[in-house]
Amino acid sequence: MLEFERDLDELREHIAELERDAGPDPSSQVARELAVLQLELEARTADIFANLTPWQRVQLARHPQRPHTQDYIDRLCSDFTELHGDRRYADDPSVVAGLATFEGRSVIVVGHQKGRSTAENVERNFGMAHPEGYRKALRLFDMAERFGRPVLTFLDTPGASPTLDDEKRGQSWAIAENMARLARLRVPVIVTVIGEGGSGGALALGVGDRVLMLEHTIYSVASPEAAAAIIWRSSDHAEEAAAALGLTAPDLLRAGLIDRVVPEPEGGAHRDFDTAAANLHAELAPMLQELCAQDIDDLVNARYAKFRAMGEHQHIAAV
Amino acid sequence: MAVRRRGGVQGYPDVPVDLWVTCRKCGGMHYRPEFEAALRVCPSCNYHDRLDAAERIALLLDDPECFQEFDADITAADPLQFSRPSGSYVDRVAKARALTSRNEAIVCGVGPLQGRPVALGVMEFGFIAGSMGSATGEKITRLFERALHHRLPVVTVTASGGARQDEGLFALMQMARTTAAAARLGEANLPHICVMADPTLAGVTASFASVADIIVGEPGATIRFAGSRVVQGTLRRRAPVEDHTAEWVLRQGLLDLVVPRRELRETLSRVIGHLAPAQTAAPTPNTAAAVRA
Repeated sequence: MLEFERDLDELREHIAELERDAGPDPSSQVARELAVLQLELEARTADIFANLTPWQRVQLARHPQRPHTQDYIDRLCSDFTELHGDRRYADDPSVVAGLATFEGRSVIVVGHQKGRSTAENVERNFGMAHPEGYRKALRLFDMAERFGRPVLTFLDTPGASPTLDDEKRGQSWAIAENMARLARLRVPVIVTVIGEGGSGGALALGVGDRVLMLEHTIYSVASPEAAAAIIWRSSDHAEEAAAALGLTAPDLLRAGLIDRVVPEPEGGAHRDFDTAAANLHAELAPMLQELCAQDIDDLVNARYAKFRAMGEHQHIAAV
Repeated sequence: MAVRRRGGVQGYPDVPVDLWVTCRKCGGMHYRPEFEAALRVCPSCNYHDRLDAAERIALLLDDPECFQEFDADITAADPLQFSRPSGSYVDRVAKARALTSRNEAIVCGVGPLQGRPVALGVMEFGFIAGSMGSATGEKITRLFERALHHRLPVVTVTASGGARQDEGLFALMQMARTTAAAARLGEANLPHICVMADPTLAGVTASFASVADIIVGEPGATIRFAGSRVVQGTLRRRAPVEDHTAEWVLRQGLLDLVVPRRELRETLSRVIGHLAPAQTAAPTPNTAAAVRA
């Protein structure tokens, strides 16, 4: 549990206790007390969540109880057939990919997958994909184009796995090839950041016609720890880095780098997976419909123009 | 040119600083005129010392005088009003400008490479470690777009610490932007040759550089995805001791070749000759002017 959630949780427990003690038919006095406490809980939750610091958002984005890619697929899609492996080297459990039905339409879904337990996190490398994970994704992007199926991607990674073995297998090459492929893919692509959008490892699944972020997620040039290591030469400054990098969903919407912020249920997506998924569904369904109706050349050109416009520079006299 | 002044002889104040160069890798001391004549390649350890953009352009083109630079007036904005403990981003850019006499971390233009006009983008490592910000990305994207429009082959020379942190997600998006532009050039069957010089790291390795048709490493260049500081900061363990040199990366199957500096221009010209569309007009300043328009 996160520190700023602790007060809320104590209050929540207190209410639950009262309800338990009062039984199915509480006296009017207890009922009144419960109503007051409930209001207080709502007010305090709203207050905390209206004033989250960037670092608190980072913590929420990484919350171990947060819904992950598989949780969203289960709730958004009526069926899902997971496909494994890059046909080159291995199957990478830190990327989940497959065929699914969304709104009656066959789609390809691809996302980073974190674990919930320590054992599962070790298995899934904490959502840090290996080159073979990105190449599995690439294989499915190719398939999506050949069969004319739109792509939904879900971003949730601290960053691409940076070990020597990943270097050996061409981590940079895998990321670059995915971006190049997605940039030109001749089917609609919708990207959703559902937790941590960490650096190139996120962007390797992040080039699409629309980019959405859940309300309490982050998307950053480097994880706050990595940025702190680069800027302050110590990852202990992660909190400062988080504040400086402008990495929250509202920041990035204002910067024009994403298209939509998807509201989360009160207290964060981890409190209510179903509502979080329903909110995302409500955004994705009409958006996908609209993109699928567009001429594919127009769509690919618009995607190029969209990323082409990302950046701020100025002109001064040549030195 | 700051790189030139790196040498000097510690403890021998009487020896003119400009006369001797110390190799960055092996520490060997070399007589500067000889070192320069050897294209700044260390005769002891074969380390290919960093070149600044002007030196690189002179190395690659038939006549650097014929190089027509584009977009020299593009420079960084400060979208996040970013500041580090060591100073504001605006100040860092100003210092980099003063240090390198460049407005950004890449120099782009067109010029003749063994008689054939090529679109050439050379990163300037002295400009904030060659990091890629929005303005850098804008220039790289324009380079690919111009080459596409005029059907020119592209040569890029990378020397970069990666994405420029001071611009946050704006910097990350330059990876997508430049890679998309490179991909579009590829669709038009125009060759892109990338020379990865020392060092080529992170956001540059993992974007337009790695999707080149042919990737050439410079001997001894460090080429990797994760910088050692990042590995140490995030994995909480010491960075691997391996060198991540071009030769090592070549053995992993990720580079096409590693070419000594002396043979670089001839090699580039040869491979471009094999891949590029047949060339008719010889490059003249007029060609360059037309491309710039």
